[in-house]
Amino acid sequence: MARKPEKETKVVETTGHEWDGITELDNPMPRWWLWTFYLTIIWGIGYTIAYPAWPLLNGATPGLLGYSSRAEVAKDIAAVDAANAPLNDKIVSLDLATIAGDSEVGNYAISAGGAVFRTFCIQCHGSGAAGSAGYPNLRDDDWLWGGDIETIYTTISHGIRADEDEDTRLSEMPAFGDDYLSKVEIAQAAQFVLSLTGRATDATLVEGGAVVFEDNCSACHGSDGLGDKFVGAPNLADAIWLYGGDLETVTETITNSRGGVMPAWSAAGRLNEAQLRQVAVYVHELGGGE
Amino acid sequence: MSTETPEEAPKLYAAREPVFPKRVKGKFRQLKWWLMIFTLGVYYITPWIRWNRGPDMPDQAVLIDMAGRRFYMFWIEIWPYEFYFVAGLLIMAGLGLFLFTSALGRVWCGYACPQTVWVDLFVQVERWIEGDRNARIRLLNAKWDARKWRLRLAKWTAWLLIAVSTGGAWVFYFADAPTLIVELFTGQAAFIAYAFIASLTATTFIFGGFMQEQICTYMCPWPRIQAAMMDEDTMTVSYRDWRGEPRAKLKDSMADPSLGDCIDCNACVAACPVGIDIREGQQLECITCALCIDACDDMMIKVGRPTGLIAYLTANDEPLERSGKPPRNMWKHLIRFRTIMYATLWGAVGVGLLVALFVRAEIEVSVAPIRNPNYIVMSDGTIRNDYDIRILNKHGEERQFRVTAETDEHNSNFVVELQGAEGVIVTAPADTTIIQRVYLFAELKNHAAYRERTEVHIWIEDLTSGDTAHVETVFNGKTP
Repeated sequence: MARKPEKETKVVETTGHEWDGITELDNPMPRWWLWTFYLTIIWGIGYTIAYPAWPLLNGATPGLLGYSSRAEVAKDIAAVDAANAPLNDKIVSLDLATIAGDSEVGNYAISAGGAVFRTFCIQCHGSGAAGSAGYPNLRDDDWLWGGDIETIYTTISHGIRADEDEDTRLSEMPAFGDDYLSKVEIAQAAQFVLSLTGRATDATLVEGGAVVFEDNCSACHGSDGLGDKFVGAPNLADAIWLYGGDLETVTETITNSRGGVMPAWSAAGRLNEAQLRQVAVYVHELGGGE
Repeated sequence: MSTETPEEAPKLYAAREPVFPKRVKGKFRQLKWWLMIFTLGVYYITPWIRWNRGPDMPDQAVLIDMAGRRFYMFWIEIWPYEFYFVAGLLIMAGLGLFLFTSALGRVWCGYACPQTVWVDLFVQVERWIEGDRNARIRLLNAKWDARKWRLRLAKWTAWLLIAVSTGGAWVFYFADAPTLIVELFTGQAAFIAYAFIASLTATTFIFGGFMQEQICTYMCPWPRIQAAMMDEDTMTVSYRDWRGEPRAKLKDSMADPSLGDCIDCNACVAACPVGIDIREGQQLECITCALCIDACDDMMIKVGRPTGLIAYLTANDEPLERSGKPPRNMWKHLIRFRTIMYATLWGAVGVGLLVALFVRAEIEVSVAPIRNPNYIVMSDGTIRNDYDIRILNKHGEERQFRVTAETDEHNSNFVVELQGAEGVIVTAPADTTIIQRVYLFAELKNHAAYRERTEVHIWIEDLTSGDTAHVETVFNGKTP
């Protein structure tokens, strides 16, 4: 197609701008374009009336349609809750031990419990539930207060040394450095504790430590150091150490005592019954459940 | 606005010239009827074929189960990770098109393309309702009186019914057809089913009834690509102008033997579904439907002249025929380097797919080590690593698998435990992927307990068939 720009430039008005002899044509906009443009303006005004738009001091104009993205989310959550309600009812009504055996309820409980765990528990126990110093690893087979599912459920519900729950798990190890034991006795006891796992470095201290341990520690930890789940006293003869099993840490523990705290998750409406049970099933299925 | 129009500006669009293909009789028309019955039959009937795969499995022979992520085709079952089979089939379809195009030109367009088949059907319906070519031309120019409205509405209704059943048949490939058809009519089917039927109905109705050859001429990219696959040996519909020209009316050409065989009856033009005159030579609109051959042959027989004035010809034969020599044998055109190459490629992909189909494993296993934490110390000092293994049971029945672990390292034997199971046997239901948590324990006497990394093979054994499969993974020990 032959182009004839010259002929056209003569008849179309220009904007009056000129750069080195190049002028800008002032072609009218196509009508369809113009109408589309007007339509978008009308649409835009209508939109700000129908939907939340104009910012005010506290929030924004609500819009005639009453739309709110927050309300939409709330609706979605409510719909999911409603859909899961039968399963949650089942979880609450079923015996804890039988939940995991039921494939539908069990799988749901593990998934839902995982979600609860990732929201409320990982801050201390870690996303992999492996814990850290002072925060127990929930995947191993060592449990301070017991690892069967009912016990796990009780621990989660009422917490450990949680002020807000009168049924909380409560025990207190004395700080033996405060007037109870001398530095020597503490050193003896520490060596004796290490000897339970065959790691003592000073035989004479162990000898004295046996007496110190029997007099001061065996009431809770047992004469052979195997611990007592009834009072949450850890097993001192196994390979797992909550705060560390080296001489320095053990000495520190005897001197100043330890007393970790876990919130009571049933208190103050933190978790509902279904959630408590879900997370109990989840923790029990992590690999260490008894 | 001060624009002047010195001359009429060229139009951006050419309005469609209505086409009224005239009914023809002949061997190609016959072939096209049979192909239409065959292709439409395949399309409409396939979803209704049943195929027994055992209990709890769909019994539809061809089913694309989107929700279950399976593609069933008779005895073949494709899982999502085997989608390369579908890719392979598409490559074969592509190479097949190349092969046929290089041998026979736009034979796909002329005979098998859904657009051609449905337009053919729509035009036939139009003939039944409105009459043949001349009646339809008269109707187009007629006033919109009661008769025209009646005929038009009847035609559109018939087209719409075909369109609905076309869209309707499509969705049966994606769900159990007998169940879906009841749901469709009782309003219980999924929204997506209705949406697909609606959109395919619309496209069929509009493309088949109103756009017709414009789809091929303006929208379809395939005809433009085809030129690259055609050469001088490609057989395509052509007019023997050296025999036909100069054309003249029958009366004149009977009187003057120097005139050509073409009697200018326009039968070929009237029959053409894309509205061209084949006597003007190869044109991009031509879909090589060969109906002009039938129309011309029919006329030639009537006037007692040899047939083949319009026929499948190759460009290479043209100079031969012009100089009075016989054309080369058809098979010499069909079998040549290019077609052999396409056929070989096509066959190679096909054989490759068949081999892949037969050697693919009946059980599959994959492993995801759990690395948060890297290892777990048990109270007796044993080191535990956790793994999620994924086992695919492709059988139509429940299978049991034994899980074992071994390593090539000296003095490293692992104790295997499965979560939620007694012993090391895991049960996978029919046609399911299961995820099983596996615990590997390295006791203190096992060197892997202190080694940073130990290569481990996790084996699964199908207790029914004895088939085994394994995955490689790593055991992390406790290092200071």
